[in-house]
Amino acid sequence: MAKENPADRKYSKEHEWAKDNGDGTVTMGITDYAQEMLTDIVYVELPAPGKKVRQMETLAVVESVKSVSDVYSPVSGEVTEVNQILENQPELINQDAFGKGWIAKIRMDNPAEMNNLMDAAGYTAFLKEVEH
Amino acid sequence: MQKTPLYDRHVQLGAKLIDFGGWAMPVQYTNVIAEHRTTREAAGLFDICHMGEIDVKGPGAFALLQCVMSRNLEGQKIGQMKLSILPNRRGGIIDDLTIYKFSEDYYRLVTNAATKDKDLNWIRKIKDEKGFRSVELIDITEDTGKLDLQGPLSEQILQRIMKDPLTPLRYYCSMETKVLDAPAIVSRSGYTGEDGFEIYVSADKVGEVWDALLEAGRPAGIKPIGLGARDTLRLESGMMLYGNEMCETVSPFEVVYGWVTNLEKDFIGCDALMHQKREGVKKKLVGFEVEDRGIARHGYKVFKEGREIGEVTSGTFAPTLQKAIGLAFVPVECREPGTSIDIQIRDNFAKAQVVLLPFYKRKKK
Repeated sequence: MAKENPADRKYSKEHEWAKDNGDGTVTMGITDYAQEMLTDIVYVELPAPGKKVRQMETLAVVESVKSVSDVYSPVSGEVTEVNQILENQPELINQDAFGKGWIAKIRMDNPAEMNNLMDAAGYTAFLKEVEH
Repeated sequence: MQKTPLYDRHVQLGAKLIDFGGWAMPVQYTNVIAEHRTTREAAGLFDICHMGEIDVKGPGAFALLQCVMSRNLEGQKIGQMKLSILPNRRGGIIDDLTIYKFSEDYYRLVTNAATKDKDLNWIRKIKDEKGFRSVELIDITEDTGKLDLQGPLSEQILQRIMKDPLTPLRYYCSMETKVLDAPAIVSRSGYTGEDGFEIYVSADKVGEVWDALLEAGRPAGIKPIGLGARDTLRLESGMMLYGNEMCETVSPFEVVYGWVTNLEKDFIGCDALMHQKREGVKKKLVGFEVEDRGIARHGYKVFKEGREIGEVTSGTFAPTLQKAIGLAFVPVECREPGTSIDIQIRDNFAKAQVVLLPFYKRKKK
């Protein structure tokens, strides 16, 4: 069973989370539900720091043994930092998707975009819907 | 979608099911890497009921098979299995299959799931064309349950639910026996690179045998294994998959099936293949290892010095070897192990090297 979705962050319909760091940046990753769907993640293609992305544009790629999945940026902005450890330990996403398995930090162009995302309760309800 | 007799069990086990050639099949029960390791280290049980079985019976069975198969079945002993391709008239591959011999005029063909009907139609057509009136072709797929039990502990597990001794059964040989009290064919063979067995019982008994094997194998750590790990296991062992590496326009000499193509006998497609052998093929299937970061996948393009030269047919992250491996078609001049190639992975080019097959070979006892 997927872990509870923490209330301190926002969620996209593509199963990314974004946590406002309070300094104009967000930390983002994929949700526990997403890692559970992918299972055994063996490769993460990280964006280069400095890369500019728009909200819901492809930011990274996560590969499990069987599949390749795009990871979308939950906000528009510039990548300031990536989680380099994932290059050698991609399984961190499986183990701790909401924590040590974070993917990137992004300096937001427009913090109001966070309002386009769901809160934890909304996302949890959304998951119930997709699982019918 | 068609369901195997074990469908309800897969659902109960919480398997993720996918459409595989029109069949609802388990792709994984837990995750691919864990299931892959279980098979390499202990034992894995696979539902293979979707594969096709065609019995070829009656006087002339041997002659008909000699005519349609690339493999020379001349020396095949009763109980022995042979791998063969079913070539078309141009020497392309209609299917790759195994041929069991039960008596002088009783054979069984075990085909891929999606190709069974076209195999049957093709062999029937040749049978009529060549006038093999006394040969019967019987599609027994629906009445037949097939389980693969693979991994180093397979023998001790299977032995617990059958009386006939398994130790004397040699690789690629089969025996008529009983599993539990169900009449069965058991062969020492498989598609994982490990020791193991293919087990055939009637469809109405296969659930019982499945349950008994999971029970008998519990102390040894047996697990049901999905098609996801079946694919990584076969690829690590350098085995090909119909539809990926093979199709009707690919010849056995372009893939790794020259050895099952015996041109000293006459068969359908023989002339085309003889011609091809004389002229030499232009492309060849090779194994490669990705040296940069990234995983090559089916359909990715292969480059050399900036020029596109081929395509990846299968690619994955290999759980036992802990690296990205794959099979690809390249021009014959690039087939030598050690040749550097580049594989386009999205916007990047990853360096890869042609290597000898198989990628993984088990240590023999």
